[in-house]
This record gives sequence, C-alpha cells and structure tokens, in this order.
Amino acid sequence: MSGSDPQITLYRLQACPFCERVVRVLEDLDLPYQSRFVEPMHSDRNVVKRVSGKRSVPAIVDENTGVTMSESGNIVEYLEHTYGDGRAA
Amino acid sequence: MDLGFEVTDLPASDHPAPGDVAPEFTRPLVGPEFWADTSLSAVVAEGPTLLVFHPMDGAFPTTYMWNAIDDHGFADDVTLVGVSASSPYEHKALLEERAEDARLFSDPDAGVAAAYGVENELDGMAGVTEHRPAVFLLDSDRTVRYAWVADEWPTFPDYEEIADAIADHV
Repeated sequence: MSGSDPQITLYRLQACPFCERVVRVLEDLDLPYQSRFVEPMHSDRNVVKRVSGKRSVPAIVDENTGVTMSESGNIVEYLEHTYGDGRAA
Repeated sequence: MDLGFEVTDLPASDHPAPGDVAPEFTRPLVGPEFWADTSLSAVVAEGPTLLVFHPMDGAFPTTYMWNAIDDHGFADDVTLVGVSASSPYEHKALLEERAEDARLFSDPDAGVAAAYGVENELDGMAGVTEHRPAVFLLDSDRTVRYAWVADEWPTFPDYEEIADAIADHV
C-alpha cells in the first residue's frame, strides 16, 4: 500500500444496511476511505475481531485519530463529531 | 499434451511482451481475510510479481494450474496474484483449497483480460468472456520479464520455464 492511501478503513459486508449508513455519512462528509469487504459468516471475520475486538461490521479504523470503532450508531456519531460542522473544538 | 487429435486453437493474442510495461488496472483483490480495491502497481511495489490469468474458479484448468503452482512453490520467491472472472466469494473458496499465499483479482467483466489481450469468449456460455491461461513475470515497475499466453484450448503453462524465468530475474 502506498502513502496516499485513505486514512480511514471501513470493514464492511456487501449490502449490510448498517454499513451503507456509515458509507452515506463518509460520503456526506467528503472523507476519503478504503473499503475492506468481509464474509457474511461471523466465524470467517477474524480480521475484524483482531482489529476491533468484535466480529461485527461495520467497523472503522481511523489513522488520523487512532480510533477504532464498531456499531454504526457510534461510528456515525464519531464521524459527525470529528469531521462534521458541529465538530468538537 | 498428446491426445491423438487436434486441440482447438485460440486466435493469436496481442499481449504484453518482455520489455513492455504491463497495463495498470484496479480490481478487488481477494486475500484470506478480506477483499479491497487494489491496483497492480501497489502489488508489484512489494517486489517481483507472478501475474497468473486463469479460467473461472471451479474449471478444471484452474485447479490444475494452482495445484502445479503450489507444487513449484513460486510464492516463496515472488508475489503471487491470480486474475479470473470469478467473484470475490468464489475466490475466497478457492483460497481455502489451494493457491497458497496467493491473492486473487476479481475481473467479472474481463476488462483486464481485454487490456492484456487474453480474452476467451466461451463457446456455449452466452455472454461469458473469461481469461485464457496466461502468466507474466513483472518487475516492481511493471516491466514484463517473462510472458506466456495459451494458444490452444486447453493448454497449460510450462512451469519449468516459469521457474527458470524467476531464477533469472529475481
């Protein structure tokens, strides 16, 4: 991977509505991100468990801030607070 | 292969030759744990790369090719990547069986096959174009050091020739 890779990595499952919710927010905020697609079977998601501590998706890794996070509600709130108009000072 | 009859010829291919720079592309690259859009140049940046085009996952030539590549242990000396028309889900299944230490690009529309001149429009499978068996050894700047493209259907790479090319260039 080169140095120009996006700083945000999204672990996602194809057609997962919670993942798509996070994608919408990333796009609304114009945040570059790279997608890593994993398998429908929870047991096949060791990479997500290793990264986030859980096998659930979506999960994001944000190299800008060092934050790793699961659960779409948490992620949306984090993104809006960190990068949105109402971002914390 | 000596079958005692003519094997079907494939049309002449206009593929990258040694000394050429291999066409750049980006496709989902499937590893053991996830897939992500990845460019060929990002892969070759890791070092000399063996780029293997093969028929759809599940076809017997694909099985034969990966079994032979595994037996030769090419992954010990080069970065090993495959390309086929199969989906990432099928690639995940293939990687569980064979293609040890390889990663596989998914190219369902065979656009990469077109860029490399290795398309195989399948007779009897309407609308399906896949990839002829083909092998390219690439430098870290995508310069082609060795090229082989199937000219018959089916035919297989000369694995000893590939081993020699790897020994000469890597």
